[in-house]
Amino acid sequence: MARPSGSSSARPGSAGAAAAVPRVYLDYAGLSPVDPRVVAVMRPFLEGGVGNPAALHSLGLEARASLDGARAKVARLVGATPAGVIFTASATEANNLAIRGVAERARGRHLVTSAVEHISVLNACRDLEKRGWNVTYVGVDADGCVDPQAVARALRDDTALVSVMAANGEIGTLEPVRAVGGLARERGVPFHVDAVGAAGRAPLAVDEAHIDLLTLSSNDIYGPPGAGALWTRASVKLAPVIVGGGQEGGYRSGTENLPAIVGMGVAADLVRIEGPAEAARLRALRDRLLAGLLDRLTEARLTGARDDGRLPHHASLVVPGVKADGILMELDLRGIAASSGSACNATTGEPSHVLRAIGCGRDSLEGSLCFTLGRWTTASEIDVVLDALPGVVTRLRELAPR
Amino acid sequence: MPVADLKLDCVGLFCPMPVLKTREAMRRLEPGQILEMMSDDPASEADVRSWTTRTGNDLMEIDRNGATFRFLIRKAR
Repeated sequence: MARPSGSSSARPGSAGAAAAVPRVYLDYAGLSPVDPRVVAVMRPFLEGGVGNPAALHSLGLEARASLDGARAKVARLVGATPAGVIFTASATEANNLAIRGVAERARGRHLVTSAVEHISVLNACRDLEKRGWNVTYVGVDADGCVDPQAVARALRDDTALVSVMAANGEIGTLEPVRAVGGLARERGVPFHVDAVGAAGRAPLAVDEAHIDLLTLSSNDIYGPPGAGALWTRASVKLAPVIVGGGQEGGYRSGTENLPAIVGMGVAADLVRIEGPAEAARLRALRDRLLAGLLDRLTEARLTGARDDGRLPHHASLVVPGVKADGILMELDLRGIAASSGSACNATTGEPSHVLRAIGCGRDSLEGSLCFTLGRWTTASEIDVVLDALPGVVTRLRELAPR
Repeated sequence: MPVADLKLDCVGLFCPMPVLKTREAMRRLEPGQILEMMSDDPASEADVRSWTTRTGNDLMEIDRNGATFRFLIRKAR
């Protein structure tokens, strides 16, 4: 089995023909390379004709055992029961299943969420609003942090669900899910956590944080794209969003994507074991990147919380008066891949809902940069960015003086 | 009442699609022409206001009929 040895090994795929130009990849939150150890385990499931888990022949039994193994591994990552894991095709689908699925079965017609959730949570809520539900979008402070007491104040007798993310993908802020969970539990309201950004990077256990539903993404933990999971506590009443042949306990029909699910299981195991050491390594690189950028770009400001209040692999900043698009394109010409932190923002050019929620001024709304580090990030990649970015910003300022 | 030169139906779609499709539709208009866009995404009112303010296009009217918004936007340039 291929065993990349942490920081010294090349990123998977980087030795290909396209790698003639040195590439710096700092968009792990956008897409992560799949760990070669995960690919190695997936390969026989793609090539070897391992069966449909629903089949009665022996290949089906083998498939079912692999599926249950993956279920156990994914559950273990967040201290949860394997039986509660429902595999989906994405974290977006898992978020939809959590919100629509609970809403469908609930008596109450009210939801509480935050203003900085992922678009899949927000749009699932908007969809319920269209159909007569009330949704309270709790605001955040300047760091993007939800106040648990504000969530508690928003709770009503007819509140069916509270949904607050564990960490924000755009500004890196860790949310106080444990406190929110405690307050929701006191009122008997189910608590959903979108843990896509935090899983494997920050400590997270469903019982300790009073979580009743939890969303996970495969690719965000170096597993293959095309798999996600929703864990639900046995007490949660849920209705399926996709109906059919009754796979995944009837909560998510459709033949399981076994290769991807097996890959997600291996990825969950690896990140559970290696995550803490990886987080420490990336935190040091991240701190060097942030300190260096804020030192070199005097007008730039960190977005989101500082230090241990944010995801260890996440650096985000606004550069007032300079468009993020322009910076990202210039960085790309220099072989550096980063992002604005929000796909929504990237497609419409509109300021993201997260930046609006943390009260960035108009001149800062277009300048958000997001660097996310990962398993194969090296110190030299950080140096390349520190060398390149000040010149890019100066050049763009000269081209478009305010 | 102003007559729209182009109509765009975004009912059923969610952010960012109404704004994205509005932007594409506006490219097909001449300055001074009017786009009518329908949307039932509760977020679209804030999104369209923000987009028109930022781009300098004229948000002439917002009507609301039940859950559906009707926006009239005049192309500025």
